[in-house]
Amino acid sequence: MIRYISKKFAFMIISLFCLVTATFILMNAVPGSPLQKEKATSEQIQKNLEAYYGLDKPLITQYGIYMKNLVHFDLGISMKKKFQAVDKIISDSFKYSLKLGIASVITSVIVGCILGIIAAMYHRKMLDNLSMIIAVIGLSIPSLVMAPMLQYLLAVKIRAFEVAGLNGPLDYVLPTIALSSASIAFIARLIRSTMIEVLNADFIKTAKSKGLAGHLIVWRHALRNSMLPVVTFLGFLMANVITGSVIIEKIFAIPGLGKFFVQSVSDRDYPLIMGITIFYAVILMISRLLADIAYVLVDPRIRISGGKVGK
Amino acid sequence: MIFKKIFSTALVITLVGSLLAACSNNNNDKGASPSSSAPEASKPAAESSSASPETKTPQEFRFTLASDPPSLDPALMIDAQSAIVASGLYVGLTRLNSAGSPEPAIAKEWTMSDDGKTYTFKLRDDVKWSNGDPVTAHDFEYSWKRVLAAETASDYAYMLFYLENGEKYNAGEVDASQVGVKALDDYTLEVKLYTPAPYFNSLVAHFTYLPVHKASVDGKPEWAADASTMVTNGPFTLTEWAHGDKLVLTKNPNYYDAAKVSFDKATISLVEEESTVYSLFETDKIDWIGAQAGSVPNDRVPGLVKEGKAEIKTIASTYYYLFNTKQKPFDNVKIRKAFSMSIDRQSVIDNVTKANQTPAFGLIPPSINGMDGKSFRELYPDSGYSTENVDEAKKLLAEGLAESGLKKFPETTVLYNTSEGHKAIAEALIDMWRKNLGVELKLSNQEWGTFLETRKAGQFGIARAGWGADFNHAINFSYDLIHPKSANNDGKYDNQEVGKALDDSLLAKDEKSRLDLIAKAEKIALSDDMAVLPIYYYTTVTMKKDGFEDVVSDYAGNLDWAFGKKN
Repeated sequence: MIRYISKKFAFMIISLFCLVTATFILMNAVPGSPLQKEKATSEQIQKNLEAYYGLDKPLITQYGIYMKNLVHFDLGISMKKKFQAVDKIISDSFKYSLKLGIASVITSVIVGCILGIIAAMYHRKMLDNLSMIIAVIGLSIPSLVMAPMLQYLLAVKIRAFEVAGLNGPLDYVLPTIALSSASIAFIARLIRSTMIEVLNADFIKTAKSKGLAGHLIVWRHALRNSMLPVVTFLGFLMANVITGSVIIEKIFAIPGLGKFFVQSVSDRDYPLIMGITIFYAVILMISRLLADIAYVLVDPRIRISGGKVGK
Repeated sequence: MIFKKIFSTALVITLVGSLLAACSNNNNDKGASPSSSAPEASKPAAESSSASPETKTPQEFRFTLASDPPSLDPALMIDAQSAIVASGLYVGLTRLNSAGSPEPAIAKEWTMSDDGKTYTFKLRDDVKWSNGDPVTAHDFEYSWKRVLAAETASDYAYMLFYLENGEKYNAGEVDASQVGVKALDDYTLEVKLYTPAPYFNSLVAHFTYLPVHKASVDGKPEWAADASTMVTNGPFTLTEWAHGDKLVLTKNPNYYDAAKVSFDKATISLVEEESTVYSLFETDKIDWIGAQAGSVPNDRVPGLVKEGKAEIKTIASTYYYLFNTKQKPFDNVKIRKAFSMSIDRQSVIDNVTKANQTPAFGLIPPSINGMDGKSFRELYPDSGYSTENVDEAKKLLAEGLAESGLKKFPETTVLYNTSEGHKAIAEALIDMWRKNLGVELKLSNQEWGTFLETRKAGQFGIARAGWGADFNHAINFSYDLIHPKSANNDGKYDNQEVGKALDDSLLAKDEKSRLDLIAKAEKIALSDDMAVLPIYYYTTVTMKKDGFEDVVSDYAGNLDWAFGKKN
């Protein structure tokens, strides 16, 4: 297990290095510059600015400086949000995205599993259709539409919730629903299809014929085996939602990380682009790693063979 | 089977139960929210009642900005968002009233020498920084030289190039002592300009000219990025800055004219989405929309204006298209004229932009001052610059194409920066050109940064442009846009006569002859040469809650709120 993880970890570092380099090259290749303004300034002012931010040096030197700082965990200072450190911008905004993301992952898994189980157990019956209809609606209404709709109905018309912000626990309800609807649907369908398959598998039939109680079959055998694809999906989902959703954050005015990612690119705010990209990459890689580990824990087959290979 | 039934019933019960729980939670919260917000509301009341003996209800003004101000350091500010916040935090030598005319602030009086090149400002002696230190002429000298210093790397340093040796100091050619600003004593500031600038008293109200507190700023470039390290001198102090979320400004008890300040607190939430801003207004969470502090969703404007809920005010910005005058087909003046004459500006306004903008035939917007209390446009109307006449346009196009030796209209692109609004306008205009002139133009959009670079490089036939005022004078819309040497003249329009008139206007003896020269230059460029294609003068749509007074959109279209009150 330790060898497995350390190997994964080494790959992470290599991929990260490639990613940083590629981002650095691409970012500088894109037309436009962080110092560009609609209103022209004097040449001298541009020179002063370039000197100040070190953009007058050759690209390779800039890259060297950046890598050196990165090794010391120094992400630099934003060029557009004057004198705000990139790591502080990320940590300040990430806490909102993280809280909302966790709420959304928990909601997705619980609601998604419940809907999926119901659908599988009542395969081709009314409850199956009903939960699949819910799932399809959740999947087909984009959050771009869902979020303003929820906001208008529940916050402006009924006034049960606040329009925007994340100040109290109730403020999480609307953004969480909007953020989770698609993944709820995805998980529900995933669970349904694998569970239908598992419920027909021989070992379930054996369990049934042995006279094992229905709920034990569902919980101990069927659900556990149906969870595998969900766990794989969770890795992606986790990385996706905790890094912030641009649309949801914009509509509910949540000071999360998502909007900075988009903004930094259109601002050509080089240090912020690099910082957020690296951060996203690390989050994504860690959640993949966790998913891999969880996979091993959930699936006894992988655990056994993995153990053998490990030795 | 029995189990299945039990299980499903249990599930249904849990689901329904959780739904009910969610509902009852709401009810609880609804009931609790007045009581939970009550202590918060009573806090400022307690503070203000302890500060002043007369009891009054605490006044709070709430509005939104689209994002964090990029900087609150006067030397580094470049945008309207920062300016709106800064107008509450700082006060300069003068302050522009809502009509855009300078009024004394820290400077109680000033004199201009006969040659117009030396200004002497007498400062009030009762102005204090938020930490209690006095604000002196030395603070201004320090702050202005700091803006110009190369190591400050200020974008807007050119606003101070009016000072003698300002530009040279910025380039490191002279040292700081040679810059034309000097504190003669604690409360007298002498300013030497390289050229006469009769509007200098209006310029010093601009944010780049605001003072900073030396001890808090020197060697601490990050001083203005956090509420706790900011020392300011304005009617409010920044008490909280939750980056990305909100800014809270609280009345500054040290402000020299505190009696004029009515608001105890201003809360600025950072909300980007227009529809969310509007919903916040609808649910009484904010008191104001418009003038760069949120905008009213476009589709709602006509209805809200009709109901009298929203107001429309013209602002000092112009929406226009650049012709690439160095390239076929728009190197030909007749073709440029044909394009301007074959569009219906009012129809674009009525059907596309829908906020009662004014059709533009010149560049200088109606809210820019002229003289003697009249606006520039009242003195020099742009209505005669060109006319909309399709028949004439067709004739001119045919003549122009013949002159250029073109058999048919060449492939040409209209370039704009990606935005639904710009797209709709471009589509409407292309449609008019197709119908009226029988020419087909291509539409191309680029993301902002790329767009600016492409436009600067002259890779377009027609390109969108817009210009907003930096200060309230016609020179800001003429010298900057149509002077052959201006770096903002991206259409590369080059008429030496226009250049000379504008150069002369800087040296003119009196305001009348200055404005005459500017008007002459504008008329040559837009009536004779059709250097650019003006479309409309911008307006801003504003909404405010009942009871608020003196919160307005200023001449430039920025929210002016610091001296407002609530009845």
